[in-house]
Amino acid sequence: MRNVYVLGTGMIKFGRYPDKTVPQLGGQAAILALKDAGIAIKDVEMFACGNLMQSNAMIGQRILQQIGQTGIPVINVANACATGSTAFREAYMSVAAGMYDIAMAVGVEQMGKAGLLGGAGGGDPAYLTEGKLGSGTMPAVFGQAGIEHMRKYGTTREHFAKISVKSHKHATKNPFSQYRNEVSLEDVMNARMVAFPNTLYMCCPTGDGAAAAILVSEDKLKQLAGGRKRAKVAASVLTSDPWTDRDLTLPDVSTLTRRASKQAYEKAGIGPKDIALTELHDCFATAELVHYENLGLCGDGEAGKFIDSGGGVHPGLGGHDPVNVSGGLLSKGHPLGATGVANICEVVWHLTQDDRAKERQVPNAKAGQAHVIGLGSACTIHILTV
Amino acid sequence: MAEQAQATDTGPRPIVPWLKLEPKPHLEAIKCACGAIYLDPKRVACSKCGEADKFTALSLSDKGKVYVFSVVHQSYPGIKTPYVTAIVDLPEGISVRANLTDVDPEQAQKEPNKIFNLPVELVTGVTAKDREGHDVIAFSYRPSKN
Repeated sequence: MRNVYVLGTGMIKFGRYPDKTVPQLGGQAAILALKDAGIAIKDVEMFACGNLMQSNAMIGQRILQQIGQTGIPVINVANACATGSTAFREAYMSVAAGMYDIAMAVGVEQMGKAGLLGGAGGGDPAYLTEGKLGSGTMPAVFGQAGIEHMRKYGTTREHFAKISVKSHKHATKNPFSQYRNEVSLEDVMNARMVAFPNTLYMCCPTGDGAAAAILVSEDKLKQLAGGRKRAKVAASVLTSDPWTDRDLTLPDVSTLTRRASKQAYEKAGIGPKDIALTELHDCFATAELVHYENLGLCGDGEAGKFIDSGGGVHPGLGGHDPVNVSGGLLSKGHPLGATGVANICEVVWHLTQDDRAKERQVPNAKAGQAHVIGLGSACTIHILTV
Repeated sequence: MAEQAQATDTGPRPIVPWLKLEPKPHLEAIKCACGAIYLDPKRVACSKCGEADKFTALSLSDKGKVYVFSVVHQSYPGIKTPYVTAIVDLPEGISVRANLTDVDPEQAQKEPNKIFNLPVELVTGVTAKDREGHDVIAFSYRPSKN
């Protein structure tokens, strides 16, 4: 397989864009990435588009109908919350395999205020099980992932709440973030409960957004980078949920992440101590906590201690092993299909000292990782290095 | 004749096929020779070992223990909140998702440790009437009374 580099990135501020269409949002991000790369749409040889909620609507082709119909192969990708990162991986693979030299990935979503997800269904409503046979809504499912950690290790509600405080603080430094307000521990603890133990501020918001990346081979990088520092895709891993005891009843978000993490570190030839920053899938504060352990940022059962010692907090704020310096899904937002590409953009910006991360630059960043979970389940991890 | 009999039948129906109402309400699973247990009787094959035809029927115990839970405060229109959703481990080695009743949601949040491993028993009741007029029966768990 050939080395693959991220030549350009683009992202629009996450938020609400009721007056735009999905292809317009995706097209805006694509144009930003092309400009950052210093190329034009005619130079792109392959395009993978990630969008979940309109995955039957040929969003990729319709983005090209907004920005340049060059006739290149386009694939539309859907993989739950891992949609964008899976699209990125498709583009990565096409270049790594030697099929193309320049590929584009776009992740885009317009959610409106659809938020609980899961638990819905068709047919005679008398046979809908939501609320009658427990809950399949995301807040309840991920709430239970945190409760499981409480049960095993005595983790407290405060531990989860501290994650939300941290992410909100980080987001104040990110102009791309949907929310940029600080919250106190009391604010988080006393906020309206959505599904125990996750209160409102421990749940990611709904919203719209788009992000894009241009991936190139090493030869093209030499031709096109013009001496600019660019990040290498050191590992691109995708896993699905292996059979575990309760997975079909309570989705197991840990085992597939652990498998992906092990593969990603092996592929990149580095370990968690070499990772300067992690963007991980904090759809809920409870999810972030379990992923500290799943990604090897601390030992099993030590996530509470990790948080109490400043783990996950930006070094500029006195912390270590920074996680979600972008504000994470909790503050930056989680427009499903856009998330996986946006997380990669964030890591790339720190590694290349890009102005777009200037206010929150993690010092001495040589390697970073972006992790995404799509419930159902898919897990992607991308490790990027410079 | 059989079709006519079906058309005039207005008896209760289970909300999911793995809830059996006779001779008394219970859950019925299928067990693969490899040991994996599943609720859905129509599944294609075993997702643990891949074998397609090694299933036998298995009646599940009406008693179990709570593994984890959450208290749902926000849901879809028409669903009353708060309520406790729980993952219940049954002695046969399968987990079931259901509502946990007769437990105060606020108390469960205050003292989650008292819910872990709580012995519970299966209860059933009518939750709706379907479009054809049948009572729809759902199951839940409540703290064991004995």
